[in-house]
Amino acid sequence: MSASATTKTAFTNNAAKRARRLITPEGLSLPLTVGSRGARAGALMLDIVILFVGFLLFFLLLAAVGIGLLDLDEGSASANPALELIIIMIILLIFLSRYGYFMWFELGPRAATPGKRLVGLRVAARDGGRLTAEMVIARNLVRDIEVFLPLFFLLGGGQGEGAFGAAMFIWLAVFVLFPFCNKDALRAGDVVAGTWVVEAKQAKLQEAMSLAPDRSTDYRFGEEELAVYGEHELQVLESVLRQDRPESLREVAEAITNKIGWQLGRGDEREFLEAFYAALRGHLESNLRFGKRKRDKFS
Amino acid sequence: MALSLFKTAEITPPADIEAASLRSDRFRLEREVDWQRLDAIVTALEKNAPRRISDDDLLELPVLYRKTASSLAVARETSLDAATLSYLEALVRRAWFQIYGPRIGLFGWLRRFFNGGWSQAVREIWLDICIAFAVMLAGLLVGWILVGRDESWFYSLVPGGMAQGRVPGADPEILRETIATEQSAEGLGVFAASLFSNNTGVSILAFALGFAFGIPTLLLLVYNMALLGAMLWVFADAGLGWEFGAWLSVHGTTEIGAILLAGAAGLHVGRTMAFPGDRSILAAMQSAGVRAAQVMVGCTIMLIVAGLLEGYARQLVGGTGSRYAIGIAMLVFWIGYFTLVRKPRERET
Repeated sequence: MSASATTKTAFTNNAAKRARRLITPEGLSLPLTVGSRGARAGALMLDIVILFVGFLLFFLLLAAVGIGLLDLDEGSASANPALELIIIMIILLIFLSRYGYFMWFELGPRAATPGKRLVGLRVAARDGGRLTAEMVIARNLVRDIEVFLPLFFLLGGGQGEGAFGAAMFIWLAVFVLFPFCNKDALRAGDVVAGTWVVEAKQAKLQEAMSLAPDRSTDYRFGEEELAVYGEHELQVLESVLRQDRPESLREVAEAITNKIGWQLGRGDEREFLEAFYAALRGHLESNLRFGKRKRDKFS
Repeated sequence: MALSLFKTAEITPPADIEAASLRSDRFRLEREVDWQRLDAIVTALEKNAPRRISDDDLLELPVLYRKTASSLAVARETSLDAATLSYLEALVRRAWFQIYGPRIGLFGWLRRFFNGGWSQAVREIWLDICIAFAVMLAGLLVGWILVGRDESWFYSLVPGGMAQGRVPGADPEILRETIATEQSAEGLGVFAASLFSNNTGVSILAFALGFAFGIPTLLLLVYNMALLGAMLWVFADAGLGWEFGAWLSVHGTTEIGAILLAGAAGLHVGRTMAFPGDRSILAAMQSAGVRAAQVMVGCTIMLIVAGLLEGYARQLVGGTGSRYAIGIAMLVFWIGYFTLVRKPRERET
């Protein structure tokens, strides 16, 4: 494959392409990220696996009770009322798993199926309004021709039918490939319902950065030393400090001291970086208050 | 932070605010407790456990939300702490989804649905219902005429497994047996359940195929009604047309009505796609899709009723007259429901 640098830029470009803005009624613009097609496919696979495993467990449970699959034909059902009940349950279970599973979970407060939750996605209304029950129902009814029909078709049902099979295959391929033909990765059901699938990542609140002992007396950074970096480098430095790995701390400290022409004793990297971070952030933020932004070291 | 398993996490007040050397960090430390309170509330809402929220928190929820939203707006302009910014963005987004999430539970939705939401949606797609009805009638006639002119058409229309001996030229006695009643209700539950799941699948297909300008929906309707037309001809040919009609009408009025509505719903989406009017295609499709979805939920309910009628009533009620009575009563009931039930005046905002 390509070098990691190019894949990284490709990935960030892709993420930037998926960024959208949502203006809340308070007038606050919230950044949203449209879920990537890969993540959505993964979520769907997970859901299908969950359903499949659920069925497997159900039948194992039946087997444990002593009902084999061979007993379950309609002829014997009339003889045994308990068996009849079980067959009715199985029919309804298959029906519910096909239609009810997705709707039930997407109507919940998280608006996401278990598969979507695991990959950090949720359903939202495209116009920034409320997600209504009707929307969820509409998008899940159309799922039938997008997912289950091709699935049944591929699992043996339509290949051996010549021209009709081919036409059917093309027809279903249109729906399967639909998300690749628009920028929001909408599937046909999303178009009909006016929904889209966005990332719903949760973040934990990290420790404040400047609680470390104030060392602005030990390390004094001048205006020109702080002018070499911008916000992007500050945030890289922040992530380095938060991860707190000695070797990367040393590398970064060396890079900075080379750039501003300082000499640094060994073992002082963390202290130096904390002091530099605090000074740089103070410098950039005070400029920010005067309306001067410095995005990165090149600007 | 050590969490015990059975206690909710206590919100720890932040460290000494004055210890922070940066103004933006002080700003954050002063407001941290509010953010974490909001976080706890939103988490409880997401877990669908609103009982866990204390009364004070619930009363202050709007205030906390607005505080956090304004914190985010201020932090964007004054702070360069990326972790805090991303935390706030995620928190406000989650809170927004919860606060502006669906406010109506499943039962509330069902009540609104039966009190006029459904019938109103049905009335709104009247034009598509007319089109679908005409197409279905055409399909019925096509099936009847084709088989009437050349009996071999029957075998190309009706799949072998479905015929069960009901073929052109069959002995009238065999045909009479197929529309007779069962001696007892045993095994009929399975029959009803499988009929329901099968028919609902067909209806959902009819709706979902509407996405392709509604043409496949129409084809599906024509084909299904042609099957019925062919069957009808077979029975009429054997002199059992009237009895077959009775046997069919018990559940047919409900089931064919449901298929009609499902087809009309699919057609509605397809027609809106082709002729979006003066709105953008996406906006027009959304309103059509949401309306059609309501009709579809209703279809599922109708098909449950149809499955029960078909599985039990049809097999147990024998007389031609009483069969017709059930079928026509159901038909009158549905038409009355869809035309007479109006939405309540008060609109929730």
